[in-house]
Amino acid sequence: MSEPYTANDGTDADVAGTGEQWDLCLYVTDQSPKCLRAIENLRRACEQHLAGQYTIEIVDLLKDPRRAADDQILAVPTVVRRFPAPIRKIVGDLSDDDRLLVGLQLRRSPSQRDDR
Amino acid sequence: MDDTVLTSFTDGAVGPGLEKAPTGIPGLDQITGGGLPLGRVTLVAGSAGAGKTLLGLNFLVAGARQYGDPGVLMTFEESAAKVALNVRSLGFDLDELQRSGLLAVLAFQVDPSETVAVGEFDFAPLFAILDDAIRRVGAKRVVLDTIEVLFGAFGDDTIVRSELSRLMRWLEDRGVTVVLTGERGNGSGLTRHGIEEYVTDCVIVLDHRVNAEISTRRLRVVKYRGSAHGTNEYPFLISARGFTVLPITSVALNYEASEERVSTGIARLDHMLGGGMFRGSTLMVSGAAGTGKTSLGAHVVNSACERGEQALLVLLEESPEQVLRNMRSLGLDLRPWVEAGLLRIWASRPSAYGLETHLAILAELIEEKTPAVAVIDGIASLSNGISSTEVNPEAISIVARKIDLFKSRGITNVITMLDQGEDVSTVALSAMVDTWLQLRNTETNGERNRLLFVLKSRGTAHSNQVREFVLTDHGVELVDVYVGAAGVLAGAARVTQQAVKREEELRIAEELAGRRRELNRSVIEREAHMVAVQDQLDAERTEIKRIDVRAGHLVADTAADRSEMAARRWADATPHNGEPQ
Repeated sequence: MSEPYTANDGTDADVAGTGEQWDLCLYVTDQSPKCLRAIENLRRACEQHLAGQYTIEIVDLLKDPRRAADDQILAVPTVVRRFPAPIRKIVGDLSDDDRLLVGLQLRRSPSQRDDR
Repeated sequence: MDDTVLTSFTDGAVGPGLEKAPTGIPGLDQITGGGLPLGRVTLVAGSAGAGKTLLGLNFLVAGARQYGDPGVLMTFEESAAKVALNVRSLGFDLDELQRSGLLAVLAFQVDPSETVAVGEFDFAPLFAILDDAIRRVGAKRVVLDTIEVLFGAFGDDTIVRSELSRLMRWLEDRGVTVVLTGERGNGSGLTRHGIEEYVTDCVIVLDHRVNAEISTRRLRVVKYRGSAHGTNEYPFLISARGFTVLPITSVALNYEASEERVSTGIARLDHMLGGGMFRGSTLMVSGAAGTGKTSLGAHVVNSACERGEQALLVLLEESPEQVLRNMRSLGLDLRPWVEAGLLRIWASRPSAYGLETHLAILAELIEEKTPAVAVIDGIASLSNGISSTEVNPEAISIVARKIDLFKSRGITNVITMLDQGEDVSTVALSAMVDTWLQLRNTETNGERNRLLFVLKSRGTAHSNQVREFVLTDHGVELVDVYVGAAGVLAGAARVTQQAVKREEELRIAEELAGRRRELNRSVIEREAHMVAVQDQLDAERTEIKRIDVRAGHLVADTAADRSEMAARRWADATPHNGEPQ
């Protein structure tokens, strides 16, 4: 988290804007409401904070269950930040925007911010 | 024997319709009357290292190999490769089973540090993976190894709880038999996260404890709905053959009772026991240190080998070489029997293994080659491990199982143990043995002597006499002790007493001879006297006769005299021609 950041809403510290291409993967099962919500929430957050520098792969585990075993995915919906390292996993429908950003390390958690 | 126990459980206890999936674990299937509830969930709870995973794996491997039930292992603790590696030493080749399509191994590693929960989620992928694996191998058995790690991994345990509950119902609907493992918690619950609440049918608790520095593993069936089950704690062990539970098989008490007598190799002892030990019976020899217990055991073994029978000598205190040497000094050369393959000697310090391992090794030894006679020397060291002050009840139960092992196979067995009189351990064991010999030291006149008592001998009129137990260069001999006013005398005291007695006898004999001589002399005297008297008698009789004859003459003479005189007078008065009147 040594990247320089640009303030985009005045209060939150944002770590995007370094030009890195983010590689995200969202695991879902079929068209379950939770999953549909997650797709929507993730897309919105990325558009807001990582516009133009992210890719999202969406994997339907019902169609490819062995992919879940290979990728060690037990719960849906799950977002995996494959790049930048380290790997982060966020489980749930991503309905809480703040926690999603902290989870993706798009934003430092309040405690980390206080430390600075 | 095993079958009988199994039947007795099955007959009495299992209601109709409750089918079971055999675990293939010897002993566990006996306790549970056939295995785990078929198509239901069983929880195996235990602390770390208690053997939960192994029980689950044993269940899967036995299913795949013996019962034609393919299985799925889902582990959350280790990688698939690591699991396979860990169990290879126990003879489970998971890779092979996977290649033959009998097993699917799914490994998940859950790292709470890289996962956060944001909003609602479910375990649909878990279901999908399981579903896929179950379909792929046609699984009838599923093991979820410590699914509890999912708690805390997602930051929202309420969802985890409800999802796991759903998973259990889903698995039961699929008709697969499930084993869940759970970590033992510190609180009152069986598991740390209370997963027992999803499991209503069968709960097994594994325990691993250390007592007197010897570890023991225990298994208990806490709950088994709809089926009777053994409720005791049963020791189990993990050996090269996998998982084995040791039920106390003697509950059945259905050994064959042989009428055949087996010699102990000590003729006098056989005689005291009414002809020897019964074949298949148990002889316990207890005694203080140095009373000759090992020697007695060696005699029994030697005698069996002389008859051409297989014998097993288990040494818990000495090395085989030591015993071979010591016995040779008694004139018992056991080495030829070892070389001929008749006698097997196995020596191990009991503290070297856990008690169960010890029993398992013994069982394996017996299985390899069943001996006719087995001797375990120094069983007390099992009880005590390295501390000799306390009696370990687990050791007693192990000894009981050993005796049982022998008896169930008709093996005549001798166990020797150190005792300090009738202490708790010997008394506890005495109920299990048929014949109990006690060797006691007596200390008198500055020497120690060994006395042998027959404390009990079932089914036998046995001697109530104490014998002195003498170790000679040609083996053990039993000698009558001297019982007199001064009590029981043995050793030098006995020898002295015997000498005193011999002298006394000699003196009496001499006395008698003297008296006889005296009487003889008297008889001779009297006989001589009698001859003299007879002579006198004869003389007197002769005298009487002579007197009688003389008296007769005298009368005749007088008459003649008188007639002459008359004639003469008549001549004076009348002529001579006239007849005297």
